[in-house]
Amino acid sequence: MAEIKLAQHNKGNFLLTLEKIQFCWSKNASFNLSLDSLRLGVGEKVFLEGPSGSGKSTLLSLICGIIRPDRGSICIDGIDIVKLGAGQVDRLRADKLGVIFQQFNLLPYGSVIQNVLLPLQFSQRRQKQASAFGTPREEARRLLQRLGISTDLHEQKVAQLSIGQQQRVAVGRAIIGDPQLIIADEPTSALDHDSRDQFLTLLFEETARVNAGLILVSHDRSLASDFDHQLDIREIVRTSSRNIL
Amino acid sequence: MTTLILAWRSLASRRTTALLSIIAIAVSISLFVGVERIRIGAKSSFTSTISGTDLIVGARAGNVQLLLYSVFRIGNATSNISMNSLEAVKAQSDVAWVVPISLGDSHRGYRVMGTTREYFKYYRYRNKQPLKFTEGQDFYDLFDVVVGAEIAEKLGYEMGTEIIVSHGIGAIDGAAHDNMPFKVSGILQRTGTPVDRTVHISLEALEAIHIGWDSNNPIPITEVSADLARTLDLKPDSVTAALVGTKSRFGIFKTQRFINQFKQEPLTAVLPGVALQELWTIIGVVETALSAVSAMVVLTALLGMVTMTLSTLNERRQELAILRSVGAHKTTIFLLLISEAALLSASGILLGVGLLYALLFFIHPWIEQSYGLYLMISRPSLYELKSLSAIFLTACAVGIIPAFRAYRHSLADGMSVQR
Repeated sequence: MAEIKLAQHNKGNFLLTLEKIQFCWSKNASFNLSLDSLRLGVGEKVFLEGPSGSGKSTLLSLICGIIRPDRGSICIDGIDIVKLGAGQVDRLRADKLGVIFQQFNLLPYGSVIQNVLLPLQFSQRRQKQASAFGTPREEARRLLQRLGISTDLHEQKVAQLSIGQQQRVAVGRAIIGDPQLIIADEPTSALDHDSRDQFLTLLFEETARVNAGLILVSHDRSLASDFDHQLDIREIVRTSSRNIL
Repeated sequence: MTTLILAWRSLASRRTTALLSIIAIAVSISLFVGVERIRIGAKSSFTSTISGTDLIVGARAGNVQLLLYSVFRIGNATSNISMNSLEAVKAQSDVAWVVPISLGDSHRGYRVMGTTREYFKYYRYRNKQPLKFTEGQDFYDLFDVVVGAEIAEKLGYEMGTEIIVSHGIGAIDGAAHDNMPFKVSGILQRTGTPVDRTVHISLEALEAIHIGWDSNNPIPITEVSADLARTLDLKPDSVTAALVGTKSRFGIFKTQRFINQFKQEPLTAVLPGVALQELWTIIGVVETALSAVSAMVVLTALLGMVTMTLSTLNERRQELAILRSVGAHKTTIFLLLISEAALLSASGILLGVGLLYALLFFIHPWIEQSYGLYLMISRPSLYELKSLSAIFLTACAVGIIPAFRAYRHSLADGMSVQR
């Protein structure tokens, strides 16, 4: 399959590169994944389309360093996370990545603001960056304000919020402390049409503001047009499922 | 620290189940420490039944048997000892005092003990406390009687109440010494010892009521009036046993040897402390069983906690995935679950100990009154602190089960939780 280069404009200055990845869940697993090359430049937005079972969750887990490939390299900001120890990968993820899930993004026992501040507990770098203009708490409030979460909701438990509001709080959590790459796994699938558009607008604004890259996975093609690149996951990764029964 | 705060918040969000786990642990801890306190209380009440007496002398018998009938009023002596022998013991230079006691009769289920006035002077219990009278005094008249606290309370006896002593253990109708009624002259304060359940009369009175009785017959051959009895020589020839006090600690063993090797009559002298210990080792099996049961209850509560944590783990996969996504290490997930077990068990232990102290505070006067069991409200003993620490560590250890499960989930789930 042809090598796909995303960052034609700033070659050699990639935020993320994946090369010659081979991955298998376990020795006798029925599912494995291989990928020749995937590159993402600084601040670029990628739309990744793929139906379920196409390996997108596996791909995102690989990028986040939650799972490790059997072969190949995954570089984030020039650092090959495959070569790092587990603790270093966790620290790198805390420092440089922000993740938004499909739904249930927030810890149910924390307040809205505690959820936004959560990543700072695991990253000194982001703690520092969030303190550039005051306390992290002030920064979180500013973020929430921009994301349209009114002040009276900041100290509320997350269960008080609508799904749309929760997803926007998740953006705040992903973006606080200026990470370099935002990974969003079908973040709009639980939202209605209006909140979906509002969510995307805010997500783009925020990633642009901190110049973070964005990988958004969805099977909703109608979102694709606003991104720098549109990819079909089936074109970049090969997966094979063999039924062992 | 962060982990502990997260664990705390997570538990707080599931406070109903968490609270139930804590209560289960707390109740088991209360039981565990309570049993321990009762065990210690029972042992100390038991071993402090008699103190200040250096030797107990009786007819040749086993240590425990002698202790049982002379102190606990359980069972009977195989035979009596003669007053002559006691005089010989008293004549020893190391002996300070000898208090004879005679058992055999009863009053409404309580044992009657004949003794001398010295008994009230020399008998000591728990840390050498002397017997004290709530009302009245020891025997003045021949037919005066001193009753223990429990008897006075249960039978409603007051000063001057007339009582009749039954012959033997009172199983046979008509075998009563009703020709010579006694009058209550003193009521003793509660001691928590068999003294509370004893009717004390003088040796002379015991002799008087048995005039005309043949030891082989359950009923008297002739009956004598109280007034006639007063005119007779009532010095007994023999008694059941005697309590002996020595002048110095060194005298104890010398006197014991003298008594055990006494030629004229086969006698046994035992050290009460040694005999009590010996008896306790027999009863002690029960205490071990109690401790084992309460330890099992604690273990059950801990397993309940693990079950609770395991059952909620599936719903919490997303929570754990979120933590992983923001950079939490795998071991953080592991520690988070261990911290939960630690927090639950620590809260349970503290609450349990608190509950027990509150309970002890309110019921200990009642327990002491009704059972003569002296329960200490003291700081936790070293043994208790060690046990509680061991329970805490066990809780953390069993917390590894859900922790490991969560750890595995967090690896298998990757970035997405299959719901």
